[in-house]
Amino acid sequence: MRAINYRPDKTWRLALAFLPFALLLLTYIIASDIRLTENPNDKLLPSFAKMGETIDAYAMKPDTRTGDYLLWADTSASLTRLIAGLAISTAIALVLGIVVGLLPVMSATLGPVVAVLSMVPPLALLPILFIVMGLGEASKITLIVVGTSLKLIRDIALRVEDIPREQLIKAQTLGASTPQIALRVVLPQILPRLIDSVRLEIGPAWLFLIAAEAIAADSGLGYRIFLVRRYLSMDVILPYVAWITLLAFVMDLSLRLLQRKSFPWFAEARTA
Amino acid sequence: MNAIVFDKVWKEYGDHVVLEQINLEIETRSFVALVGPSGCGKTTFLRMLLGEERPTRGSILVDGVPLKAEPDADRGVVFQRYSVFPHLTVLGNVIIGREFEMAGALGRLFGRARKQAEDDARELLAAVGLAGQEAKYPAALSGGMQQRLALAQAIMRRPKVLLLDEPFGALDPGIRSDIHVLMRRIWNESSLTVVMVTHDLSEAFELGTRIIAFERPRSRPEELERYGVRLSADIPTPPPTAPLLPKGATITKDIEIWPKKVAGSPGVLTRHGHSAPRS
Repeated sequence: MRAINYRPDKTWRLALAFLPFALLLLTYIIASDIRLTENPNDKLLPSFAKMGETIDAYAMKPDTRTGDYLLWADTSASLTRLIAGLAISTAIALVLGIVVGLLPVMSATLGPVVAVLSMVPPLALLPILFIVMGLGEASKITLIVVGTSLKLIRDIALRVEDIPREQLIKAQTLGASTPQIALRVVLPQILPRLIDSVRLEIGPAWLFLIAAEAIAADSGLGYRIFLVRRYLSMDVILPYVAWITLLAFVMDLSLRLLQRKSFPWFAEARTA
Repeated sequence: MNAIVFDKVWKEYGDHVVLEQINLEIETRSFVALVGPSGCGKTTFLRMLLGEERPTRGSILVDGVPLKAEPDADRGVVFQRYSVFPHLTVLGNVIIGREFEMAGALGRLFGRARKQAEDDARELLAAVGLAGQEAKYPAALSGGMQQRLALAQAIMRRPKVLLLDEPFGALDPGIRSDIHVLMRRIWNESSLTVVMVTHDLSEAFELGTRIIAFERPRSRPEELERYGVRLSADIPTPPPTAPLLPKGATITKDIEIWPKKVAGSPGVLTRHGHSAPRS
């Protein structure tokens, strides 16, 4: 049989999905073992036992200096910034994206400026944000908003323009006004697509968050990683990276489930 | 009384003449079928009638008044595709016309008004053969059922004119003949003037009271750009008159169907659409 026609069944698919993960883990364990037998004090590839101890110290025991449970304090600080940033960005993008996509006048006014601004590298703006807004939460959240909203606006505007012309004509022949078209025809069809767009922006949002935390913060997952980097504490960094990855994955998954639950028509229309 | 009058209408895109010198009077309650080869401007003609496109020259009058420059509730439409809203259930698709009409900027009805709209919509859905499908989304319906839904949706708003843009073109022959029966009933039982674009001649003859053919009188490559489509057949009128300005496309034939079909008196379908008293 040709390779393009060979489809694995469900069990095989699951096993194949686990395979690369298992290989990665195995490679790490072997490499770590080799280095540790040579030098038991090696810090670069700590053993899983060592990382377990560190996780225990960070997650289960209060920090001796501050009395916080560091992992949870960092997680809540980072997630608060991330979710606030993404929420603000999504709200802005939803309103402006629909307005730009639906109204030719607004598209002529805002389209070019959004297109130009979305080319500004957000990290280059970070010093400006720190100067203008100080080192507190506001500048970090603003960085996430600046970094994700412009792309989201363009994405939403394009998706609004993708709605078949026939539907807008049809709505008009049913007597709909512009606000009615925006609220009853465009908005409900954009919401599930908005979820897809936001899912794609989770990665960039984390990037901007960790960059901002690395430069100036007193808590947060990115702050912690860059803090312990000075002591080559790979036993902290690796579990933190895995934890950030897991958080991002869970956010992506929950948005996907939300889309499936809230917009049953969307999956049907997409397959039809 | 002529419902729709095209008075020396030209449509050009830049240098490209699509339609030229279209003179046409469409009587109230007639069922006009527009036929012609692909790309001859049938759809452009329909889009002008919708208000989506403006004629370059000439004017279109509806009941003696110039046509509004944008689509409105006087003219309902059913397209070949994308006529119904994929995010609304079958029932929601029919109610939405009433909601646009009677609710404010939010476009939603509540309480008794919504109940009334739902009852009317259910009755109308039963009349087009979609009883029991109310809770489904359009993606779960077959092509024929989607077009039935599109018809119900358009009629709910009680347009004076119904425009059909190859509405049954994508359907299987059996399903198409079923929906022709429905279409004829709708035309008979409501007070509609229907204009239908089709590339299916037998469909045009089966449904139409009048057939209008579009044709390019000149088809040499170097003439295609500068000469548009004319009405080439309009059957009750005398044979093609000598072109005044030998340029684009016009009506060349206009065919009256024999035996003559006469629209019946308003029946079930209009009553359903009409039932919300606005006092």
